Amino acid sequence: MRNIGIIARKEVKTYFTSPIAYVVICVFLVLVGFFFYSAIWWFNSQAIQMAQNPYYYQQININQMVYAPLFHNMSIILLLMLPLLTMRLFAEEKKTGTDELLFTSPVHVVQVILGKYLAALVVLAAMLGLAGLLSVFTFLWGNPELVQILNGYLGLFLMGASFIAAGLFFSSLTKNQIVAAILTFGALLLFWILNWASYSATGIWKDVLNYLSIFQHFDGMTSGILDTTDVVYYLSFSFFALFLTHSVIQSRRWR
Amino acid sequence: MIEVEHLAKKYGELMAVRDLSFTVEKGKIWGLLGPNAAGKTTTMRILTGFLPATEGRASVAGFDVFEKPNEVKKITGYLPEVIPLYTEMTVSEYLTFVAAIKQVPRSKRKEALGQAIEVSGLASVKNRLIENISRGFKQRVGIAQALIHDPQILILDEPTIGLDPAQIKEIRDLIKSLRGEHTIMLSTHILAEVTQTCDGVVIINEGRLMASGSLEELTTSFGGKEGIIIKLRTGHDEAVSSFQAIPGVSRVSRQDGELTVEWVWGKDLRETVSRLAVERGWGLLEMRPVAINIEDLYLRIVSGGAGQ
Repeated sequence: MRNIGIIARKEVKTYFTSPIAYVVICVFLVLVGFFFYSAIWWFNSQAIQMAQNPYYYQQININQMVYAPLFHNMSIILLLMLPLLTMRLFAEEKKTGTDELLFTSPVHVVQVILGKYLAALVVLAAMLGLAGLLSVFTFLWGNPELVQILNGYLGLFLMGASFIAAGLFFSSLTKNQIVAAILTFGALLLFWILNWASYSATGIWKDVLNYLSIFQHFDGMTSGILDTTDVVYYLSFSFFALFLTHSVIQSRRWR
Repeated sequence: MIEVEHLAKKYGELMAVRDLSFTVEKGKIWGLLGPNAAGKTTTMRILTGFLPATEGRASVAGFDVFEKPNEVKKITGYLPEVIPLYTEMTVSEYLTFVAAIKQVPRSKRKEALGQAIEVSGLASVKNRLIENISRGFKQRVGIAQALIHDPQILILDEPTIGLDPAQIKEIRDLIKSLRGEHTIMLSTHILAEVTQTCDGVVIINEGRLMASGSLEELTTSFGGKEGIIIKLRTGHDEAVSSFQAIPGVSRVSRQDGELTVEWVWGKDLRETVSRLAVERGWGLLEMRPVAINIEDLYLRIVSGGAGQ
């Protein structure tokens, strides 16, 4: 446990002493801010129109009309940005030879992997936490459902965590950071749109493809429904990716 | 302290190390000598637990490297060929991190850091970013990180490569000062490094063991020679043939008025040679011993193949 902490602290420090974390967080916030602003603007204009009609006025829901699309947009930004955050984690160590220091030190491979994973989660939490501050405005001038918003953020965090795990895996495969980022992005996008293939699939395949699709599991969370199936999906996605990372690093033994 | 038995490592089809056995005694500095691509780095990586061996056994301080890797890692300091530096950190930050992952208790880290900085002469750069310090200092940071947890065993892969002569001397002196408390194994392809710093040597070539032992043992067993260089005023031609006639002398050569007389190791002929020179009245001006020529030895061993 202590070793995980040592590795994690070092990685977080590296993220924040180099420009990486600041650039990732800033760009993320600018984009989220823009999406939030346009969603609110659209919501306002809808609200004014619907106010003419008492029936429609009842239907107005800030969670559905602002947060659901916002969460969708945020998930796509994460899909684009997290691979850039994780690409260096192992690739850089291999390139500069520092992996030789790590793996000749009395720490377990599992501890190194979890430390790095944790460090990237900290950056992800900072991204989402700061973006969450935008919600203050909606609470000041509106009455959104807090639980639904929290569910959305939890969903984003879990999804981001599985992106990071995948990024860690691809980073362990190569010395080249760009290659790691592209592979991560490609694989995640493929998983994202897997449910498109389910339209043409039949029988059990339809269910399997649907279940494997990242997108499918996020849909519920944006509207505030926390389904254990989805939580289990993201956790097992992360676990599986971390397990593969471990296998890749251990396989130095057979090469 | 370090025991290696029938070690072999295969990278796919390539045999990097085969049937390698040697031992290093406690408190000694041992050189791992061989030309480039001889398997030095591979051997060291196996000893430090970075790579597993394909066959054979290696143990460090009684712990098997494959069965108890963490025990070995705790008592071993390792300087890889490529110095593992996080260049975005300062020297102190980096060494503190290394101390932490080498399991130096939190309360002792400061002390360990101070000691490592002092021993490796890093005081003037300790608060600078590693990316901004010179090659020589980087090498010292590399040695400091190997020393930080006060390991019993030090494994140094080419510790003086890429340094200028003054820095090489400093690093060698530093390594020599660690003799006794630490058992040190250093790899090199430079012979002078072995003769100047090491107590013994393991010579490998193409992954095979060529020879191992203390320097004297090796020189003797490989038909080493000793001799003198003698400077005469007159009678050089006569002297060459007369010296040649002395029983035991293996070779006499002449170069610019100086004669080199060599004989088989252990047969001290200095007295005979000097008496002869005085008796014949050649005017003995100077006499000095010839150093053990390990270069000859090395070249012979490396080119001779496994048969020798």
